[in-house]
Amino acid sequence: MDDIAISARGIGKRYRIAHAGGTNGTGMLRDAVANTARLPFRVARQLLSRRDDAKPMLPSHEEFWALRDVTFDVKHGERVGIIGRNGAGKSTLLKILSRITAPTAGRAIVRGRLASLLEVGTGFHQELTGRENIFLNGAILGMTRREIVARFDEIVAFAEVDRFLDTPVKFYSSGMYVRLAFAVAAHLDPDILVIDEVLAVGDAAFQKKCLGKMNSVSRSDGRTLLFVTHNLSLLEAICDRAYLLSEGGVVASGRTSDVVRAYLASTSAAGHNARIRSEALQWRGIVNASELNDLRSDSDITIGFELETGERDLEGLDVDVAVHNSKDEVVLHAMSRVVGPPLSLPRRQRVVVSYTIKSPKLMPGEYYVSFYVANYERTLLWVENVPAFTVTAASYFGVLEVISGIKGSIVPEFEMSLRRLAGVPS
Amino acid sequence: MSAIPPVLRETVIEPATRITPRHFTDVWEYRELLWFLVWRDIKVRYKQTVIGAAWALIQPIATTVIFSMSFGRIGNMPSDGLPYPLFALAGLVPFSYFSAAVGAGSNALIANQQLISKVYFPRIITPLAAVLTPLVDFGIGLALLVVALFWFGIVPSLHMLWIAVFMLLAIATAAAVSLWVSALSVRYRDVRHVLPFVTQFWLFASPVAYPASVIAPRWRELFALNPLTGVIEGFRSALVGAPTVTSMLWLSCITVALLFAGGLAYFFRVQGTVADQL
Repeated sequence: MDDIAISARGIGKRYRIAHAGGTNGTGMLRDAVANTARLPFRVARQLLSRRDDAKPMLPSHEEFWALRDVTFDVKHGERVGIIGRNGAGKSTLLKILSRITAPTAGRAIVRGRLASLLEVGTGFHQELTGRENIFLNGAILGMTRREIVARFDEIVAFAEVDRFLDTPVKFYSSGMYVRLAFAVAAHLDPDILVIDEVLAVGDAAFQKKCLGKMNSVSRSDGRTLLFVTHNLSLLEAICDRAYLLSEGGVVASGRTSDVVRAYLASTSAAGHNARIRSEALQWRGIVNASELNDLRSDSDITIGFELETGERDLEGLDVDVAVHNSKDEVVLHAMSRVVGPPLSLPRRQRVVVSYTIKSPKLMPGEYYVSFYVANYERTLLWVENVPAFTVTAASYFGVLEVISGIKGSIVPEFEMSLRRLAGVPS
Repeated sequence: MSAIPPVLRETVIEPATRITPRHFTDVWEYRELLWFLVWRDIKVRYKQTVIGAAWALIQPIATTVIFSMSFGRIGNMPSDGLPYPLFALAGLVPFSYFSAAVGAGSNALIANQQLISKVYFPRIITPLAAVLTPLVDFGIGLALLVVALFWFGIVPSLHMLWIAVFMLLAIATAAAVSLWVSALSVRYRDVRHVLPFVTQFWLFASPVAYPASVIAPRWRELFALNPLTGVIEGFRSALVGAPTVTSMLWLSCITVALLFAGGLAYFFRVQGTVADQL
């Protein structure tokens, strides 16, 4: 089995969520001491009372398996994609393969140097200069000093920052910062490269350059590539094979196009909660899901919902769509009532209701819709949490840039001005 | 697949349950990162503070003045034949290193959480680097101490080289404590609130302001369990002549070795999943 680059067998990862206070098993020493001190009394009480319904002896933790029994092989030189919805376990899997955290169960063997670009610019220090950060970042990513020296000029040329090499990176524009960070990571020269959504950075020209670098890394040198993205067309262009993760397990694998199709089918049909169903009107899913996986924040968003009517003609229908972000906050709500008269639908008919939301300027992230149809008498259909679209890049004043540090759910376009009033006498 | 290099490093990823030789070889492979982190911390420290190196002087001088007035003048503390200010400074310089090293080392995992949650490297590198960085300030303090020796008319001899040995013991002690506390403070967030109090207590439990000779003989062994007793007494004696290597020093070494081995075992046991808890 010399040609295997990654071999994973039964990988599982369990997280503990403490009920009170901190998450992931952190807590306070004073509580731990207090609980340990109380334990003998609790045991004694339980033994004395001899009741089955006595309280459990230890404080309870909720367990949650982020990954369960994941098994797969990747051969050297293969370019493999991993797709799945938020919370499907993609990030956890990458974290385990790049050894950021250990699995709870299972075993994986990685042959060759694996480098992950989970987030570019990891370990950059604001106070240090570009030159100093190249060395620091290179060392953090696992390069030796000699390797960094050998590739230094190439990194600087790739990042196009030569004039600012001795300037602290806190004075860099975000574009320069990202270019430098990606340049270091791209020159790691790993046998296996793990990439998680880095392509949503930089301007269009730089993205193209990164893509070219990724392709040359994998195609010409026979490097292995493990790629996680929401950009399905990019995934199909780059990867030979793909795995679909859902709820911590591999649910589909094979040729990229087949897995992408399975993913689209699962996102448009399953996953939502039907709050109200009726025979009169049935939900058939989002028809243009494949166009909605890689949106820019300033592009218009058009979503088509397919519906099928039952045995009766329907009239006086109001159709509402609400868009939620991944924190389940409603970011916008569109009502058919405000843009036109109520709809009428003939019986036994399949229709597509399309909404076009003009340039909503949403922050990058995954978005879900709730869909609601009612006539004068009652609610005919109400589905919630339908994974709908992904905004991968934000256009900020016309430039695609990382906009880390910006809070809120929209990317605002704004102006600012300063007006001097009269001087204050001292 | 002709492009495969003949020998590829094989990495086994499995649940972190027991300590293997790989834990140690891994640290060796990442030794360059250790120096890079030390270099980063030194660079950033002296870039950010306006008075930079002056800090490393102000603190021991100020404390020496306070100790000289309270313990020296008012308390009339014996000082093993040295002028009291010199005696106090000779204790404060190694102790300041220790308290700075333990403070930074214990906080190292939390201070580097950005790195730890994004990239793999042996997590033990962070407390080790944090423990080594204050050696720069220690060097400045040592220079101050040499100036003070001349000031009081004492010419240091070659015996001063023994200081290196005692500092090794101080580094090992700081590293051992940091391994325990840094790993514990990820699990229990209140540990780091306890630490300043412990360090304060440790200052007075060590022969910094007073000589070990004032301790009643029957308490000496208990007193020597504190590794800093051996460090500070040895350090001080090396300044003025051949250091006294007593059984107390050996007891200190054994304590540190046990503390370090335990800290290492605990740290290795939790380091695999530390990223989940940060």
